Amino acid sequence: MTHIDPRPSVIEERLKGVKRIIAVTGWKGGIGKSVTASALALLLAQKGYKTGLFDLDFAGASDHLILGAKGLFPKEEKGLEPPFLRGVKFMSVVFFSENKAVPLRGANVSDAIIELLAITQWGELDFLVLDMPPGINDAALDVIRFMRKTEVLAVTTPSMIARDVLERSLALYRKLQVPVLGVLENMSAARRPAAGKLRLDPGLEKALGRPAALLKTAFAADLALSARRLKLG
Amino acid sequence: MHEWALAESVIKTAVEHAGAEKFKKLKETGVVFGELQAIDKDIFVFALEELRAQYPVAQKCRFKIIPEPAAFLCKACAHKFSLKVLKKTNDEAEFIHFVPEMAHTFLKCPKCKSPDFEIAAGRGVHITYIKGDR
Repeated sequence: MTHIDPRPSVIEERLKGVKRIIAVTGWKGGIGKSVTASALALLLAQKGYKTGLFDLDFAGASDHLILGAKGLFPKEEKGLEPPFLRGVKFMSVVFFSENKAVPLRGANVSDAIIELLAITQWGELDFLVLDMPPGINDAALDVIRFMRKTEVLAVTTPSMIARDVLERSLALYRKLQVPVLGVLENMSAARRPAAGKLRLDPGLEKALGRPAALLKTAFAADLALSARRLKLG
Repeated sequence: MHEWALAESVIKTAVEHAGAEKFKKLKETGVVFGELQAIDKDIFVFALEELRAQYPVAQKCRFKIIPEPAAFLCKACAHKFSLKVLKKTNDEAEFIHFVPEMAHTFLKCPKCKSPDFEIAAGRGVHITYIKGDR
C-alpha cells in the first residue's frame, strides 16, 4: 500500500511570507546558541522587524526559559498561529510537552518538525530565527531540506575543541551550499567590543527569564554590534 | 481548526500528483486517519470542501477517509500494544493531537513503562492512493 506524506507540500506555503531565515547553529552543546538566538530575536523585534523564533532543540528546549514565556499557547486558526512574546512570534515544542522530557528518536524528531512546519502559520516576517540543536542531525538536515532560504549564523567559543568542530560544520555547509552569514565567538575574552565577539558577561545569568533585562546586558550590546555588521537589521 | 492545515496538505499533494501523472481530473484520493492523532473528520472534510474551489482538477475528487488503528511496539521489551490500553488526560490527548510524537512524552509501554516505543501504525494523516482520469 502506498504511503504518501502530504505535509511537505505546504511547508513552502507556510514560509512564503518569511523574508529571511537565520539558523543559529553550533555543533557543540552549551556554547550559547539558545541565548544568542533568543536575544537576536528580541533585538530584531525591538528594532521594529517582524520577527519569529522557532526553538528546534526538542531535547533541550530552553528559549521559553530565556524569554520567561509563561501561560502561552498557539492560537488555532487554519493551523497554529504562534503566540507573541515581546513582539516575537514564538514556537516551541514545550507548548505541547508541558515542559516534560521529549524522548524522541531521530525519525520521530523529523516527523515532529515536519508536523510543526506544516501546521504553523508564521504569516509575514522579516526574520525567522531558528534555534538549532547541537550537531548535524535530523533537525539540521530537515531545515536544509525544507527551508531552502536558510542562512547559517554559527556560534562557537574560544575553546580549540569548539573551533575545530566549527571548521568541520562550515566545511559541510559549504559543500551543501548553505550560506553562512557569519561566526559569533561566544564567551570571548576580547577586551573591547568587536564584531563577531560576544564577551563573557557575568550579568547575563541574572537576566535570563526577563527579556527587558536581557536586552540591557553587555551580551545583548555585543550581539547588537555583531548583528549590525552582519547586516541583520 | 488545525485540521485545515493538514487538509490543505492533502489536497495540494493530490493536485501535484495529478500534475505529475498528467491527470485531467482527480477521481478519488484515499486519506488515512491514524487513531493516535484523532483528527476531527467533520472539520477536515469541511476544510477540503472549502479548499477544493481553488483547485479545478480536484473539483470532483472524492476523498475517502480510512481510519487506521494505532499500534505500538516497545523498543525496550518488544511488547506490542494498542492505544486503548493507554491512559491519557484530555490535555495530553490534545497535545498528541497537535504533534503525535508527544506520545513519547505522555505515554509509556504498559509492560515495562518505557517511552521508547515505535508508532508502528496509526500515527497521523497520510495518503494511501490517488486515482484520476488522463
